[in-house]
Amino acid sequence: MKRPQQPDTSNETLVEVRDLHFRLGERVIYDGVDIDIPRGRITVIMGPSGTGKTTLLRLISGQWRQDSGSVTFDGQEVARLSQRRLFELRKRMGMLFQSGALLTDLNVYDNTAFPLREHTRLPERLIRDIVLMKLEAVGLRGARELFPAQLSGGMARRAALARAIALDPDMIMYDEPFAGQDPISMGVLLRLIRRLNDALGLTSVVVSHDISETLNIADHVYIISDGVVVDHGSPEAIRASQSAWVQQFIHAESDGPVAFHYPAAAYAADLLDSA
Amino acid sequence: MSTLSRSLYTATTWIAEVGRSTLFLLRILASLPALVRKPRLVVEQLYSVGVLSLVIIVVAGIFVGMVLALSGYRLLVDFGAETALGTSVAFIVVRELGPVVTALLFAGRAGSALAAEIGLMRATDQLAGMEMMAVDPVKRVVAPRFLAGVLALPLLTSIFCVMAIGAAGGYYVGVEMLGLDANAYWSGIQSSIQYWPDIAAIFIKSGVFGAIITWVAVYEGYHTMPTSEGVSRATTNTVVIASLAILGANLMLTAIMFSG
Repeated sequence: MKRPQQPDTSNETLVEVRDLHFRLGERVIYDGVDIDIPRGRITVIMGPSGTGKTTLLRLISGQWRQDSGSVTFDGQEVARLSQRRLFELRKRMGMLFQSGALLTDLNVYDNTAFPLREHTRLPERLIRDIVLMKLEAVGLRGARELFPAQLSGGMARRAALARAIALDPDMIMYDEPFAGQDPISMGVLLRLIRRLNDALGLTSVVVSHDISETLNIADHVYIISDGVVVDHGSPEAIRASQSAWVQQFIHAESDGPVAFHYPAAAYAADLLDSA
Repeated sequence: MSTLSRSLYTATTWIAEVGRSTLFLLRILASLPALVRKPRLVVEQLYSVGVLSLVIIVVAGIFVGMVLALSGYRLLVDFGAETALGTSVAFIVVRELGPVVTALLFAGRAGSALAAEIGLMRATDQLAGMEMMAVDPVKRVVAPRFLAGVLALPLLTSIFCVMAIGAAGGYYVGVEMLGLDANAYWSGIQSSIQYWPDIAAIFIKSGVFGAIITWVAVYEGYHTMPTSEGVSRATTNTVVIASLAILGANLMLTAIMFSG
């Protein structure tokens, strides 16, 4: 398999985000963010809805470009790469979309084989062995003839995970992998993320809302809100954070620094207002 | 916003859209040579846009041929020129109606399907997923569909013309129903229809129309908003824009090819 370049494993940090500024229209998504994704670890990115967690994955993968600041992957400035070099870089990163993003006209087997057929000249016999190994790893070897429409949400994400690891990438990004999953599927995905990360020596970035579950598998956690990093550290450090905002967030409290009520005039005055 | 500034805004938006779609077409054209190594992708799309459009083209061809023969006969018989029925049906079908009607049907059947398919791929992150797998969707998804459209429409137009003029269409009405002489019907066609420009018109016009339809369809689908409303709008836009563009292009091509 053609590998564009050997990773520089001497550096502990695989992805470095520095002074990141990014807007979508008039809305400021990132306002000077620094993030380090350590090599070989699971880094979890958390934050309220609409805070730009998925945007971060799009910036790291070069789907979007930041307004200022830098995003480097293994020493390469992602935004400055030509399309050809960006595609070479993407062979070293996999991404699990929230929807799975499986190709609907291909079955599970062909979906998993897709990147191998596109990027390698391996004989079909060898591709078959690799695909079956990847599907075995996610527990879907028996479902290889099924089409995406025949899969449950959890199975679709596991199939997409098998496809994402087909080229043996250095890093996998998971975009809300547990959204809409039942407890069994969530448990399966959690264990898969941890097991694949450790067994394959991957670097994992998980964007998620499911605090208690993801804190259990995380090595490092970033909490982002209003365009800045509110807190970061090990799961234990996050649990023990002194920040009232972080405590409200990880304990899912309805009132706190983030008020339950949308700003309004005094309740009594509103009720008595005859207009 | 004043009327002037609104008009300027609309004009600049339209010009920008034309520029973007032209750049997109150039990207598609640059991707075509790579398809030599993956002919299977084109063959699959030829089946999808070509073979699956056959029924509507054949049925429409038969009906158009029948109607032309019926109304043509009523007109010609008043002048005692009913033996020229084959010639008149063939002229109208080969030069104008064949390429235009087939293209309009193709825009409605295959163009809308292409826009909806690519739009849904956009809405369900399949295109983004491909990009993340370092696969260029323009090369893998768009270019084969474009080429298949350009190749399929001339073939479909030929079939349309054969059905309209032939045994099930104009010939059936003129000879079997109205009692014209079969030899007069065919010999009139043979003596009046030339390879250039008549037969060439089928392939030139329908090749251009095929490129227009699939260009509009893949552009609208690829740049759709990733919502159900966006996909619906892309589909509608494809049929409307492609249909108008076909009629405009037909006028220009007819003026160029048959003005002499």
